[in-house]
Amino acid sequence: MISVHEPIDSGGMLHPELRAEHDPNSIMRDGRRLDHAEGTSKPLRVLPEPQPRGAKVRGNRPVDQQEAAGRFIAAPEHEKMHDERLWDLRQKRDREMHGIAEWEELRSLASAIKEHTLTHLDKYLDQFETNARANGIHVHWARDAAEHNQIVHGILRDHGAKSLIKSKSMLTEECGFRAYMASVGIEVTETDLGERIQQLDNEDPSHVVVPAVHKLRTDVAELFSRTIGTDPDNTDVHYLAEAQREATRPLILDADAGMTGANFVVAETGTFVVCTNEGNADLSANVPKLHIASIGIEKILPRMEHLAVFIRLLSRSALGSPMTQYTSHFRGPRDGGEMHVVLVDNGRSERLGLEEFWTSLKCIRCGACMNTCPVYRRGGGLSYGATYSGPIGLIIDPTFNKRKYSNLPYASSLNGSCTNVCPVKINIHEQIYAWRRVLVEEHEVPLAKKVAMKAAGVLLSRPMAYRAAIAAADTALAHLPRFIIYNGLNAWGKHREVPHAPKQTFHSWYHANRGGKP
Amino acid sequence: MRIGLFIPCYIDAFFPEVGIATLELLERFGHDVDYPCDQTCCGQPMANSGFNTECADTEALFVRNFSGFDYVVAPSGSCVHHVRDNFDAIEQTDEVKEVRTRTFELVEFLHDIQKVDAFPWARFPHRVGLHNSCGTLRRLKHARPSELHEPFFSKPLDLLSKVAGIEFVTPARPDECCGFGGTFSVFEEVVSTKMGYDKVSDHAQAGAEYIVSADSSCLMHQQGCAERIGVQMKFIHIAQILNGVSA
Repeated sequence: MISVHEPIDSGGMLHPELRAEHDPNSIMRDGRRLDHAEGTSKPLRVLPEPQPRGAKVRGNRPVDQQEAAGRFIAAPEHEKMHDERLWDLRQKRDREMHGIAEWEELRSLASAIKEHTLTHLDKYLDQFETNARANGIHVHWARDAAEHNQIVHGILRDHGAKSLIKSKSMLTEECGFRAYMASVGIEVTETDLGERIQQLDNEDPSHVVVPAVHKLRTDVAELFSRTIGTDPDNTDVHYLAEAQREATRPLILDADAGMTGANFVVAETGTFVVCTNEGNADLSANVPKLHIASIGIEKILPRMEHLAVFIRLLSRSALGSPMTQYTSHFRGPRDGGEMHVVLVDNGRSERLGLEEFWTSLKCIRCGACMNTCPVYRRGGGLSYGATYSGPIGLIIDPTFNKRKYSNLPYASSLNGSCTNVCPVKINIHEQIYAWRRVLVEEHEVPLAKKVAMKAAGVLLSRPMAYRAAIAAADTALAHLPRFIIYNGLNAWGKHREVPHAPKQTFHSWYHANRGGKP
Repeated sequence: MRIGLFIPCYIDAFFPEVGIATLELLERFGHDVDYPCDQTCCGQPMANSGFNTECADTEALFVRNFSGFDYVVAPSGSCVHHVRDNFDAIEQTDEVKEVRTRTFELVEFLHDIQKVDAFPWARFPHRVGLHNSCGTLRRLKHARPSELHEPFFSKPLDLLSKVAGIEFVTPARPDECCGFGGTFSVFEEVVSTKMGYDKVSDHAQAGAEYIVSADSSCLMHQQGCAERIGVQMKFIHIAQILNGVSA
């Protein structure tokens, strides 16, 4: 999905023909209108605001989300568009919700179905495998990302396939799939427009549903002019989308193999379902003879009747539309074709064993928590420097790497809106809170924070010392007492004013006016 | 009825008028209100940052201060949320559990326990925008959050609408977090302040003269943001309006 923004008023740079008839700037000193070659020539191009890039990821070192979010906020056109675009999705979601009287019951039902399925995961996965094989589907099991990539590579090698078209899949992002394929010489083409934009820009998706939502159309025009040869001055979204269509279509028609993910897997029928809005998954699955589906093991549902609950919730929560444009059921290979399903664990079994965090496996990747999250909307999805961004990312990413993602659970005001919009009722903000405890217990937070918090704990449990600190704070450089600002006075006062210190504290007022001990 | 008055640290230090209004308001209803002088904090700043062990002593002190009251009342949603929902660094004895269940935020206390039907002394002829802090809105359930398909209700609006002359204006994003978030406000100050700028601008656009809230911490943050970007706006705690402050 391409984001649209209005160009800022370019003032004197505006093309004379676009100016109002009586614009005094278009009249020369002698009273004549500009009508010579220079006056009617193309306007000097106003350089568009460059796209802020995501978090700087350095191996295993903790990602500094705040630093990247700060750069995104420092690009006001990007930040404003991003915030408003995603808030619009949240509002559309609310409208759809109000159209469904039983909305809250649906959420409870969806949550209960997921809970049941996840607590009987082995049984339903076995059932799916049996039924899928009976449908003629080849079923593979991958323990982790590396195994997934090798299995897919093996299938492609067996078929002599050199090119692969694929639809959007967060699981393949988890697996670093494109990089792996590049290393073994297989050409991968993303067919989702937003994902293709991200692939051409060598960037991760910034959102699970709208992967290029952080980009302005000027960013896309610049990127496409560089990669597929469009006119750099043409930022018309229809032109850009059509140009991409023309460039990608031949790659789709010539591809040796196609890949999709899956939104849902049905155990009783041995089938799977892919939901898209562009129809690109159907092209990926149906144009080449070989179709490979990479599917996380948590995607399973017991029966077809359960699917309806999720279909009603998914697109309403994600984009505020009643349904995705395409809800495609894949039941088996077509005549002369082959269908493979790779069921991937990649940390899911381990997550299932985490008492406080296992319900994060209920997630259906709708992105509603991102759309509603005020931190995500301000900072952009790439600021998280992880496969999953936004509130759901804060609770999933640390399961992959506690050290690297140790800052992420702090990128939340714990406002709880994410939990309320979640269609499967994951207690996201409570898990964010719980992750902070875990990270502290496992010594994954910076020493300065630890020292400050220990000091605060000591001060706040000793009334005498505490009173002395309050009294001293007034005269110190700091207008804020230490226990509020810890080591971060600058952090408070950098972008906002410090509160005005009153003449006396409530404590002293109380003694003066109501008696009591001094 | 014996009430223990819990005045959170930042109200004590920066907003004594909020503590005074809370005390006077409770006294207007004939309660015997005591302010235990050794109180400091509930432990939330540490717990909120993941340092649960570090708040055990503070929690124990809180229980020592507030044990034995019929109710503990505080003019702060987020602190009450901590005491009620996350106060588990210390052993959960009967005494601890008792203090936790008897602790109420002021609006809750007035609305649900006191069941106030009039504030005859209160008059506030101004346009106000209500800021439901996230702690009161989504944890203490002061009101129906906009994300849920449930019937509308709002305890603070119920109370404020009994004040003569008051007029309400609604921002475009009524439930959006203002960005305070406790230690979030310093650990993630850039995002925090941007959220604050947007919040006060939204209220200003709606035509609010005052932002009223049950949480002084959100107001402290919003005021700092408004002053920095030059938004003309006044900030007031709900206790002050209900106690009949003359603006």
